[in-house]
Amino acid sequence: MNLVTVSGPPSSGKTAVILKTIDSFQKRGLEVGVVKFDCLYTDDDILYEKAGVKVKKGLSGSLCPDHYFVSNIEEVTQWGIKEGLDILITESAGLCNRCSPYVKSVTAVCVIDNLSGINTPKKIGPMLKSADIVIITKGDIVSQAEREVFASRVNTVNPGASIMHVNGLTGQGAYELSTLLYDEKIEVKTLVGEKLRFSMPSALCSYCLGETRIGESYQMGNVRKIDMEDKKGKK
Amino acid sequence: MITTRDIQQKTIADLFEQYPFLPGFFEENTLEVDGQINEKLDDFLNILDDEEEKENRAMDKSQVMESMAEYITQMLAFLGEDEDEGVNSITLLPGTNKSGEKEQFDELTINKSEIVCIVGPTGSGKSRLLADIEWVAQNDTPTSRTILVNGEKGDKKWRVTSGHKLVAQLSQNMNFVMDLSVYEFIELHAQSRLVEDVEGVINKIFEQANNLAGEKFSLDTPITSLSGGQSRALMIADTAILSKSPIILIDEIENAGIDRKKALELLVGEEKIVLMATHDPILALMGDRRIVIKNGGIHKVIDTSGDEQNLLSELERMDNVIQNMRTRLRHGEIIRQEDIGF
Repeated sequence: MNLVTVSGPPSSGKTAVILKTIDSFQKRGLEVGVVKFDCLYTDDDILYEKAGVKVKKGLSGSLCPDHYFVSNIEEVTQWGIKEGLDILITESAGLCNRCSPYVKSVTAVCVIDNLSGINTPKKIGPMLKSADIVIITKGDIVSQAEREVFASRVNTVNPGASIMHVNGLTGQGAYELSTLLYDEKIEVKTLVGEKLRFSMPSALCSYCLGETRIGESYQMGNVRKIDMEDKKGKK
Repeated sequence: MITTRDIQQKTIADLFEQYPFLPGFFEENTLEVDGQINEKLDDFLNILDDEEEKENRAMDKSQVMESMAEYITQMLAFLGEDEDEGVNSITLLPGTNKSGEKEQFDELTINKSEIVCIVGPTGSGKSRLLADIEWVAQNDTPTSRTILVNGEKGDKKWRVTSGHKLVAQLSQNMNFVMDLSVYEFIELHAQSRLVEDVEGVINKIFEQANNLAGEKFSLDTPITSLSGGQSRALMIADTAILSKSPIILIDEIENAGIDRKKALELLVGEEKIVLMATHDPILALMGDRRIVIKNGGIHKVIDTSGDEQNLLSELERMDNVIQNMRTRLRHGEIIRQEDIGF
């Protein structure tokens, strides 16, 4: 079984891109499965079911969705193998722009859209910088110049990635993407012992544990403060 | 090819001097140099070795260093390309239509400065044809077509590198979404293309865009407040002059607020290969040839005949009548029988 991790900011078009790509896989007779990770709610699983693929969803609820992802990825992998899939795609939203659920040996795809603004590549951390393939969506509604500038900014923060434009509505580019995602020689059996490409953010403070009150005396653990001092010249 | 070993012992000041595009990389990766310009790169990046700093910035030293080496390699390659390596022609070799039948042509070569129209009903396979060209298909797409560049098997670099896109697109639905003036917008695009004479390019594009637009605009106009015609004029002038892509794909040009003939002349003059999906008779007849798509395959290739070209001038006259009326209406005038002129 092949395994692919797709990640990207909310509403960037991950599901649309994956659905169009699945279409190409199915035409080649490949058995596809999707596991959708989200935070509070998703009905994308219904869309996937309609597309005729095996689907599981995981809602992280009160946990950080990426921590939840990495705690479940091995079980998810075993599910995919048991179901006899040729390719399993996991989809998760990078809610804080800092995280990335990418695993070193697993193809990592980041989906990002042209409408998010040209400074966005700068703001996104390992989710963009350590992806193998960066898919840029919504190119059909912005000018050629903006597309070029956006793609060049993405290239500047992740020069090693393959950068592709995919239209999630028409599917333009999805066939081409599918050829980059499946390699019949690859056989993933387990992820036990594998490593994340980048550590997840450390966050363990009283608010992680359910504290709701405001004030210094309620703050414990990993707490950090904004520097409110006026800067007097550079350090 | 530049490796981390080539750069790690150099000072940032030296690196910036050697690679003038490198400050952009620092900027985009939020690496602030400030007073540390004379430090060796290796020492400068040591801040990322600190566990807390590494976690806060979500970057690690070796990854940044490798990224930088890769970026320098790419930019040098990009700058080193000369005109000779440009695309002079693309050639299509037939594949099959949706029913698996061979397409109705033997070989189709399109040279630069040539305009080829693509016609066919919605869903007939126009997008697939363009996608095949963009992907430099090598008998590895659903149509089994093959695309040659300059008569040779296409380089796969066209597929996934941001600086080498074979096709630039202009379509009806496109908008400007950035909050910039016309000047800032072109400047940004020029900088991303590492253009040397930014000022000259800005003026050239501005002039050409105004030459195409029905109503003039200025360099301080915010791009989001340009009219539909002005936006398209700017997009076309910008794509013609600044886009590195040798092929321009146009999906209709609406007949309002823009001189379409001049627009095509500009693209052709900048030595682009122009592919145009259109069913507008004036645009279609401006093309040298048209590709007819049916059932997912190329059904026919029609050369624009002399008779058709003669009709074109008549069509243009009719078009002018409408355009003049539009102008008259805009200026609050009354439309009269003689405005129609026939």
